[in-house]
Amino acid sequence: MELFKIENCRKSFDGEEILKGISLSVSKGEVVSVIGPSGSGKSTLLRCACMLETMDGGMLSYAGKVAAHEENGRVIYAPHSELKEIRKTFGLVFQNFNLFPHYSVLKNVTEPQIIAGRSKAEAEEKALECLKKLGLQDKANYYPCQLSGGQQQRASIARALALEPKVLFFDEPTSALDPELTGEVLKVIRDLAAMHMTMIIVTHEMNFAREVSDRMIFMEHGVVRAEGTPDELFGSDDERLKAFMGKLGGN
Amino acid sequence: MTFDVVFQILMSGMGVTVSIFVLTLLFSIPLGLPVSLARMSKNRVLSAVSGVYISIMRGTPLMLQIIVIYFLPFYGFGINVSAGYRFVAVIIAFSLNYAAYFAEIYRSGIQSVPRGQYEASQMLGYSKTQTFVRIIMPQMFKRVLPAMTNEIITLVKDTSLSFAIATAEMFTMAKQIAAKQASLAPLMVAGVFYYVFNLLVAWVCRKVEKHYDYYKI
Repeated sequence: MELFKIENCRKSFDGEEILKGISLSVSKGEVVSVIGPSGSGKSTLLRCACMLETMDGGMLSYAGKVAAHEENGRVIYAPHSELKEIRKTFGLVFQNFNLFPHYSVLKNVTEPQIIAGRSKAEAEEKALECLKKLGLQDKANYYPCQLSGGQQQRASIARALALEPKVLFFDEPTSALDPELTGEVLKVIRDLAAMHMTMIIVTHEMNFAREVSDRMIFMEHGVVRAEGTPDELFGSDDERLKAFMGKLGGN
Repeated sequence: MTFDVVFQILMSGMGVTVSIFVLTLLFSIPLGLPVSLARMSKNRVLSAVSGVYISIMRGTPLMLQIIVIYFLPFYGFGINVSAGYRFVAVIIAFSLNYAAYFAEIYRSGIQSVPRGQYEASQMLGYSKTQTFVRIIMPQMFKRVLPAMTNEIITLVKDTSLSFAIATAEMFTMAKQIAAKQASLAPLMVAGVFYYVFNLLVAWVCRKVEKHYDYYKI
């Protein structure tokens, strides 16, 4: 089943075209990584997918429900109430966590659930379950500023998971972490992959992407330059791709 | 007049001073928020109206504003005001004036909350109102505390401006006694009053800031 689909997505900022017609569809249980040099439009693609940016052109749908489509060269988004429902199908893990600093870890994970309609008891139970899954059960009453970067990122993953999204996006989840802390976050994502969580991951961690992905997308200059299984991409003859992978895969 | 008597008279004026201080904060702290939101509104008319309001309040002397608000009902509309209006006019003028300053402080606080906090809220299903009330406002409040402290300390001293319409607050009284006795002593005593008052204000503000130290932004 196709959980996420974006077709011919176009986006410009100040007249500069960042996305020049990107298409991507992801099925249930699939893990897709998006790689590419800085400025290639990876993050913009993710932000368009999550509706943090509006597309200039293209179609976007989640689990068959159309969130945006193009009509006479203009993108029409679904009505507010429908978008609200559609937003529940996906979650996003940010590069710099974006935890709420004035809330304890527990409240960070609990409050969004209460807003979604769960009772406080239900939400707390679910929060503790998610925190436990991410090895943070003893940090529930800490504030984000008391945690390491890796712990903060795990807390933000717990926060996203507690809402039980069908698709989870990661926007360079380890780019703000030092190498020592990167490992613990990657491990968590690996575990999620093993549980067949549907994920779309923008990352610079080549070895990780190779190991965890079912499919990889290589983006450059706002287009998909190559797409395939990790083995296909790593075995590609494309000189540009080889150069890019070689540079980043080495470490 | 002995020191005792001066002290006692000033003490009674102090009550009015404290009332002006407390009532002004009570009205201007909440009032600053809608002014600030209007200033940041995408609605151009709303934003312009708020902008002009802030500009006038900050650009003209508070003493002038007090006088205008006190005399406007009579000179503007021919209404004979009651004796009690003197104090009301002071509170209106102070509240309107301080709301403008607080609005700008709030604006700086709101705009310094990172974009990511709004984006995370949106992704987690918070409505715009929920985002503002639960996520942005508490963080704004912590960010603006030092600037608020400054403004509140200024307010303690500004209460003396209400002598312009002969409000019976401490400074007005000190001036009268000083003139009658041809002595600076009553004014010095008033100075000590303001100073001690502000020590207390600064202490309370520091406590409040400390209270919010449990998290960092």
